[in-house]
Amino acid sequence: MTTYLDYNATAPIRPPVIEAMTEAARCHGNPSSVHAMGRAARHRIEAARRAVAALVGREDVDVIFTSGGTEADALAVRGLGRETILVSAIEHDAVLAAAPSAARVPVTGDGIVDLHALQDMLEDTQSGLLCVMWANNETGAVQPVAEIARLAHAAGWLLHVDAVQGAGRLDPADLAEADSIALSAHKIGGPPGVGALLIREGLAVTPMIAGGGQERGRRSGTENDVGIAGFAVAAAAAAEERDAEAMRLRALRDRIGQGARARAPEARIMAGAAERLCNTLSLALPGVAAETQVMALDLAGVAVSAGSACSSGKVKRSHVLDAMFPDDPIAGQAIRVSLGWASTDEDADRFLHAWGAMRDRLSPAVR
Amino acid sequence: MSDAFPDLDLGLPGPRSARRVVVAMSGGVDSSVTAALLKEAGYDVVGITLQLYDHGSAVGRKGACCAGQDIYDASVVAERAGIPHYVLDYESRFRESVIDDFADSYLRGETPIPCVRCNQTVKFRDLLATARDLGADALATGHYVRRVVGEAGPELHRAVDPGKDQSYFLFATTAEQLDFLRFPLGGLTKEQTRDQARRLGLEVQDKPDSQDICFVPNGNYAEIVKKLRPGAADPGEIVHMDGTVMGRHDGIVHYTIGQRRGLGIGGRKGEDGAPDTDPLYVIRLEPETRRVVVGPREALGACEVRVGRLNWLGDATPAGGSGGDGIRVAAKLRSAQASATGTLYRDGAAARLVLDDPQFGISAGQAAVFYDPEAGTRVLGGGWILGTGDRTGDAGKNTTSPRLTPAMPPRISPVSVAE
Repeated sequence: MTTYLDYNATAPIRPPVIEAMTEAARCHGNPSSVHAMGRAARHRIEAARRAVAALVGREDVDVIFTSGGTEADALAVRGLGRETILVSAIEHDAVLAAAPSAARVPVTGDGIVDLHALQDMLEDTQSGLLCVMWANNETGAVQPVAEIARLAHAAGWLLHVDAVQGAGRLDPADLAEADSIALSAHKIGGPPGVGALLIREGLAVTPMIAGGGQERGRRSGTENDVGIAGFAVAAAAAAEERDAEAMRLRALRDRIGQGARARAPEARIMAGAAERLCNTLSLALPGVAAETQVMALDLAGVAVSAGSACSSGKVKRSHVLDAMFPDDPIAGQAIRVSLGWASTDEDADRFLHAWGAMRDRLSPAVR
Repeated sequence: MSDAFPDLDLGLPGPRSARRVVVAMSGGVDSSVTAALLKEAGYDVVGITLQLYDHGSAVGRKGACCAGQDIYDASVVAERAGIPHYVLDYESRFRESVIDDFADSYLRGETPIPCVRCNQTVKFRDLLATARDLGADALATGHYVRRVVGEAGPELHRAVDPGKDQSYFLFATTAEQLDFLRFPLGGLTKEQTRDQARRLGLEVQDKPDSQDICFVPNGNYAEIVKKLRPGAADPGEIVHMDGTVMGRHDGIVHYTIGQRRGLGIGGRKGEDGAPDTDPLYVIRLEPETRRVVVGPREALGACEVRVGRLNWLGDATPAGGSGGDGIRVAAKLRSAQASATGTLYRDGAAARLVLDDPQFGISAGQAAVFYDPEAGTRVLGGGWILGTGDRTGDAGKNTTSPRLTPAMPPRISPVSVAE
């Protein structure tokens, strides 16, 4: 049996989500149709919008359903109509690839956006769109997006926040001033293939996909109403469990981190001094390539990840850790352990057992 | 033979299910069959595919995936065989260990064999180390070569299929590497391998063999060298051995020793004023002066070859120094050429090969691989060809018989492919 510790890649779908999606799948009806079945589908989608907005505590936003977090980020970057774009160096590829020529705001060794550098860049550049994620998917480092929103707005910039990893795990008060927010269903126990871009009411978005004019003309294509129904239930569950789960997962995460450090003093926790997501641990084993660690753990039945996976399955070098540790080999020697709603104490035990055996075999500190 | 398969025992102690074997899977038929057969034989097989270069940019398609079809094929085969499969990013290692060396070798006027470098570095050094890290007991590849356990330990032998034998490309395998390596296909013909692929239902069963160097899929070596090393395209003179300037060229990278066609020069007038119809060949390349030296076919012949960075796999080292007796070997000086007999004199990591008969078109940068002259299958060792004749590099100096006419291909392919 595999011990699954890769929730930041995708989470298992929550049972109530499966039930809601099964029920929605039985009720067919195009939300754009005039008839009663169409209206019923429309009603479910509008209810889902409210549940998704509630997850990030915002009532002053329009919710545009997309095919996922990547499309939501792309729609913000390309659709908000700002020529100048500034991104943090640790953004997800969805943002970096949507704005390939954007200047990158550096981060500190703890993986937090360098606010002094940011302020200089905001003032030195003609205003446009700034993209800073809420929490980093690899290290879990939480970015001070409330403070960043103040800096951005003072300099006349819009702020887009990729909240894919923070949603359901962090206090949404931080997002009160963001101009747009990207969300994904499958990171919080919903289905893959659904996400949303939330934009402050009154902001115009140019659509990337034209057609039947769904989502008030901002994202055409018949709505994925089954997926959206699942997204709504996942969002509600994540919001409801947030405080309790944050405490439980933080304890579990720290048990893993401390257990690893007790076994291996040479092990390092990336962004360890920063405020981090309750569920995320970036654990480096100096001298051992991250890809080797991921393979060795997989062969031992433990699923973790490193860097970001390419569609071929290849482990790409982490641009996040490279930004934190320029020219330091440690950037290629950390794995990511990420927990979620179904993680248990036994998962932590099995991880520590497999990781310890791997460390004893491979760590130069042992040899 | 279609169903029955020779014993696939890898000679590892203990139950097969407890013996982990990493298979280097390229996505081709050979390594796919290797992986599937070892799984069938009961080993704990792990497939690893190396992503060596950016496929998208190599085929010149912007936005194409770095991985390409071969990596996809390998993962499909692994899924069917029921083995875990991983893709490793070896782009920077491959560039440093293989591609840079390939370009520099051309700049030195040599004709490189990147496949040997690749086996020597990224596969049998780096991947082998990763296999050990994963707790593997062996690393298996789909090479057509045999590992035979002799009295003094594992020996490297030619494959049974002479048309597929890849021992030439594996001469640099060290004894320590050989100890960990396994080549299950060395006893099969290519047809038998394809039969096995069909029997196992592998999707790659009809995939054609690769013909080019993997990172130069269009075969245009000069183009990639020029891109990596802009100086390689500096023009220069084409000079006859007798000193006559015959014309100009646009970079020595376009030439290889033994090349006849595409010189871009006309014939010369004989003493009587009639056209001299003897064809001209590239005799040597002089990178310092950027000269391409041409001459008659007989000037290509050489009886003595200087070899560097010798890797010895035979039992007894050859007698040292030029004063020693040397040992008799069958030497292969180019992948597509039959071996020639001679005597090898070794001096540390360097060696001197004195051939019984002159050989033609010997090029620096290629490998000289030495086989047992009696049994004929065992690889005794090999090294890199530094040049012919004495240290002045005067190729053709030792040519004594201008009437010798061994078969010469009209255009020698600059490199050959290992897998």
